[in-house]
Amino acid sequence: MSFSINREGEVVVVDVEGQLIVGNRQELKQKVLDELDRGEKKFLIDFSQTGYIDSSGLGVLVSLSKKIREQGGELRLANLNDDLKTLFELTKLDTLFQIADTRDRALQSF
Amino acid sequence: MPPAFNPDGSATPPAAEVRVVELEIPSDVAFIESVVDLVRRECQAMGYAPRQISLNVPVALTEAVSNAILRGNRDDPAKHVHVRAEVDQMRLVLEVGDEGEGFDFEASLIDPTLPGNIDREDGRGLFLMRSLMDSVERVDVPYGSKVRMTLHRG
Repeated sequence: MSFSINREGEVVVVDVEGQLIVGNRQELKQKVLDELDRGEKKFLIDFSQTGYIDSSGLGVLVSLSKKIREQGGELRLANLNDDLKTLFELTKLDTLFQIADTRDRALQSF
Repeated sequence: MPPAFNPDGSATPPAAEVRVVELEIPSDVAFIESVVDLVRRECQAMGYAPRQISLNVPVALTEAVSNAILRGNRDDPAKHVHVRAEVDQMRLVLEVGDEGEGFDFEASLIDPTLPGNIDREDGRGLFLMRSLMDSVERVDVPYGSKVRMTLHRG
């Protein structure tokens, strides 16, 4: 499991490779918070290479959403496969996040 | 006797086979993925549905083992988590036990989908276990806590 960070224009794009679970969610949180501290405001988390997410992974996404909003920023999620969509629907987190089918659509939505 | 493989790649296990995985891990979340992979492989060999292997089993088992490590054993490296998975053609039974002082399983059940709870950062673990498995129950044990989860083969 790893996280890679790139930029597409003004948007910080984080690719989550592998699982987002209790053992690595703090790393994702810290990477995004570091970028937020540097003044970045637009964030996209791309799950196209993500296997599964547990409740602590979902919790970190909720936490990041709040912190980014508090700083006047925006967060988008993209490329959830059917399993991940199910998790977001079950927990109703699909009502909390702006989720796009593709990276391009997410980038265009800012 | 090996399983028979179908044209779509799924496996049909030989009749009446039961596969058991039983192990003990230290209270370290770094071990969770390996445990999950072992159980997934057994479910795959027994012909469980792809979604059960990619979603139900990994997420529910991760939650249960994580609870045992962090809440049951309070992250004490001296304590262990016991995992037993029994898989046959009808169902998967997972048991996850810790060596801690016990924690109130039911008290941790909140409904994270209520409007006031959606932006909570916690509170989804047990909810996901119950949503993804056919049954989740606490098993009385003389020491520590144990949870048993059952999933019928899809």
